Amino acid sequence: MTFIPKPKIAHPSLPRNELGLTRREYEGALSTLCAGCGHDSITAAIIEACWGISMRPENLVKLSGIGCSSKTTAYFVSGGHGFNSVHGRMPSIAMGANAANRDLYYIGISGDGDSLSIGLGQFCHAIRRNVNMLYIIENNGVYGLTKGQFSASADIGTKAKKGEVNQQPPIDPVLLAMNLGAGFVARSFSGDKAQLVPLIQAGLKYPGFALIDVLSPCVTFNDHDGSTKSYAFTREHYEPVVEADFVPFKKEIATDYAAGEAVPVMLHDGSRVVLRKLAEDYDPTDELHAHDYVQQHIAKGEYLTGLLHCRPTQDTEFHSLNRTPDLPLNQLPFERLNPGSKQLGKLMARYR
Amino acid sequence: MSAAPSRVNDFVIKIATVNGTGSASANTLLMKSIFRSGIPVMGKNYFPSNIQGLPTWYEIRVSKDGYVARSGKVDIMVAMNAETYARDVRDVAPGGYLIYDSTWPRPGLLKRDDVTVLGVPLARLCNENFKGVRTRILMKNICYAGVLAALLDLDVARIRELLAETYAKKPALVESNMQAIQLGYDYAKANLSCPLPLRVGQMDKTSGHIMIDGNTAAALGCVYAGATVAAWYPITPSTSLMDAFKSFADKTRIDPETGRANFAFIQAEDELAAIGMVLGANWNGARSFTATSGPGVSLMSEFLGLAYYAELPAVLFDVQRVGPSTGMPTRTQQCDLISAAYASHGDTKHVCLYPANPEECFYMAVQAFDLAERLQTPVLVMLDLDIGMNDWMCRDLVWDDNYRPDRGKVLGKAELEKIEKFYRYLDKDEDGIPYRSFPGVHPKGAYFTRGSGHTQFGTYTEDSAEYQLVLDRLLRKFATAKRHVPRPVVEGDGKAKAAIVSIGSCDGAVREALDVIAARGVHLDYMRVRGFPFSEEVEKFLADHEVIYVVEQNRDAQFKSLLTLETRVDKAKLRSLLHYSGLPVSSKFIVDGVLGDLLEDRRAVSGVVS
Repeated sequence: MTFIPKPKIAHPSLPRNELGLTRREYEGALSTLCAGCGHDSITAAIIEACWGISMRPENLVKLSGIGCSSKTTAYFVSGGHGFNSVHGRMPSIAMGANAANRDLYYIGISGDGDSLSIGLGQFCHAIRRNVNMLYIIENNGVYGLTKGQFSASADIGTKAKKGEVNQQPPIDPVLLAMNLGAGFVARSFSGDKAQLVPLIQAGLKYPGFALIDVLSPCVTFNDHDGSTKSYAFTREHYEPVVEADFVPFKKEIATDYAAGEAVPVMLHDGSRVVLRKLAEDYDPTDELHAHDYVQQHIAKGEYLTGLLHCRPTQDTEFHSLNRTPDLPLNQLPFERLNPGSKQLGKLMARYR
Repeated sequence: MSAAPSRVNDFVIKIATVNGTGSASANTLLMKSIFRSGIPVMGKNYFPSNIQGLPTWYEIRVSKDGYVARSGKVDIMVAMNAETYARDVRDVAPGGYLIYDSTWPRPGLLKRDDVTVLGVPLARLCNENFKGVRTRILMKNICYAGVLAALLDLDVARIRELLAETYAKKPALVESNMQAIQLGYDYAKANLSCPLPLRVGQMDKTSGHIMIDGNTAAALGCVYAGATVAAWYPITPSTSLMDAFKSFADKTRIDPETGRANFAFIQAEDELAAIGMVLGANWNGARSFTATSGPGVSLMSEFLGLAYYAELPAVLFDVQRVGPSTGMPTRTQQCDLISAAYASHGDTKHVCLYPANPEECFYMAVQAFDLAERLQTPVLVMLDLDIGMNDWMCRDLVWDDNYRPDRGKVLGKAELEKIEKFYRYLDKDEDGIPYRSFPGVHPKGAYFTRGSGHTQFGTYTEDSAEYQLVLDRLLRKFATAKRHVPRPVVEGDGKAKAAIVSIGSCDGAVREALDVIAARGVHLDYMRVRGFPFSEEVEKFLADHEVIYVVEQNRDAQFKSLLTLETRVDKAKLRSLLHYSGLPVSSKFIVDGVLGDLLEDRRAVSGVVS
């Protein structure tokens, strides 16, 4: 199929953000995914989130690997550079791009096949390096483009469309990310835009690696009875335990949350993520506790959602650790990079 | 036993030791003190893939004529390793010398009557004078350097000067090392006839020169080219290139005021990630590179195909080692020539550069970044272990402060502001090279980079005609590359009907072989190819000669295959001389190969040698 341009007509009454841009200006090409695909809802949430924080479209870098989810980088913010790379290798491209220019927003869109099978190594190491990016896994438990094979996130006992039952234990990206020390770990559902939009905003602003695992049902290959990743099953077993509000620095208003219930997590630019616990016994800022809590609920078959863990990790963020300058490496003038002929003469002394 | 005729500044020493016993310091000390005496010298390390305990050899060639390759014979053997003793004795050329540790006499093993055997009780001398097992082992090696200093008539003051530089921060070590030198030196003076007919004599042929390895020189080139993102995965024999980059960057790229690092150095989780990071950084406008070896190139191939098709600059140093598979990781070969040129599935070809020595590694590193950005494609710089890890005598590296990087066709903010619409893959200049833009500069510059089928406007396609349009332009771009890659080095008067064509580190051995062959009355032309795709000059040289010896270091004649695939040459004219033992090719191998072939082929002899 060829590229289908989307008509760019904005009604004068459409609301505008601080940059004077409408939501239409954060859209991308027309989606070619199946009608009803959860991924398209996530795309819509990303558009809403970017518009909402008045991000300059050119300041967004959109990265992906291969798969249905990876195609979606073309469907939002056409004013930002996109990079649809190779299967499972998006994190390395993101690392290199981020190393070159620390000033942009990096959003990586991946799937459960792309991140948890072929790309599991790169996913883990991007977390270890604490690359400042938002990493979204559009998780549906199956391979779509190759027609319905189980992915590594398929639950034990879940049924494929043709009846096969999965016997192998799933890899859970949320538990894995907490295990590896990620400071921003969330789970959400493509059908819950109200939860997803502030999570995406907070993830984009979070100074470090931010993961959102979004349960995103595949209407074609994994939305039947017996599947644990269908719309029906997800809605039934879906339990928000912590709400996250993203509060931009400039728009700071009087707290609208009751003291004692809400935990604000400060971000580097002065904005905050306010966590509101829905479960009394849950502390999302303690990584060990959060990990155990989530794991115990998974054992009971419950998908806890929300910003399940959040703590500042700014000190270990890639550029902090590597002491790179504030000016992005790709903008350093050549004179500061080249030591010059005189210095070369001095360096030669060692080799005489 | 016959005494060798006097040969000043023209002989080969080979030192057989055990890996991890500190012999490297002793060997470097010897080589450098010869170099500082103004005498051209070559040092080659044949070491095992091991930390400690396996046999290792070091070969020093003293060459008044400045030949930088192995000659193919050994005049003085220092046999310090009992395990390899028997074969080391066999390796000495008739009339040569064997030096061994006579603390344990080996009468049963000494069966050569055409070799002079010189025993020195090295272990006993060191056991009597040093304390501690480790120190004694280390000093035994320094001690043989002292013996050689006496036998070769080396200046001991120069050795002290070198030790003082090496151990500037640990003066106590200078004294203990000098003590070991003196022990060996004095013993040899008192008990052996010094100096030998094979000895050194002061010359003035090394001023304006340095002894440097290719990995270090290439790393320095990366610093000077303005590379800011280095990503890699450790692999022998490329690791020291990255170590050197880090070390030079730590010296020259830390902001003196803020302490911030004007570079990022990333040890990746594997080669796949390393090249991914390099592509991401280059795509985002930073000069970025990686270094690897054959197995790494195999792993990076998928990404290299993406870089070719999506037109991303990248610089990759392939320090080739012996394959296939893990092969012999610490031995040299030129065995990735084909896998590098065509890395990845589908119709892919890559620009390759072939440096012959460390000096060229420095300049080609800089050129590689310019070419990668000019052509928007990966450039693979094909070193090998011999160039990368051995110290070669080279002319001083020089830098032109007027140099500015060629960033190629990049649209900046002002240019994007002016244009109606930006199309990433449009061939506006009809040279096959499109324009690119960096993220964060201007919303009009945004485009979608993909490895899937795309149109010249940068949009996704599965339309045959639109797909082919881009693929055909990539071919035109590759034709443009022929004019940009470094020109071949051509030598000879062009009148000879026969020629040698070679590549990379074979150069030194070929040059010496040409002299030897010429001394026997056979004059050959010579072309060293320095870049892929092959230029018209390469075509012309091949067309102008009737018999062409292709010298390369692999089993399957990969360079010859590339020539037959990518030029119009009649392959019947090409005759392979293939060296693939894992040791650097020697001049003798080429002389024997060419002369043997010419003698065998009477018709060629009468036609060619006239």
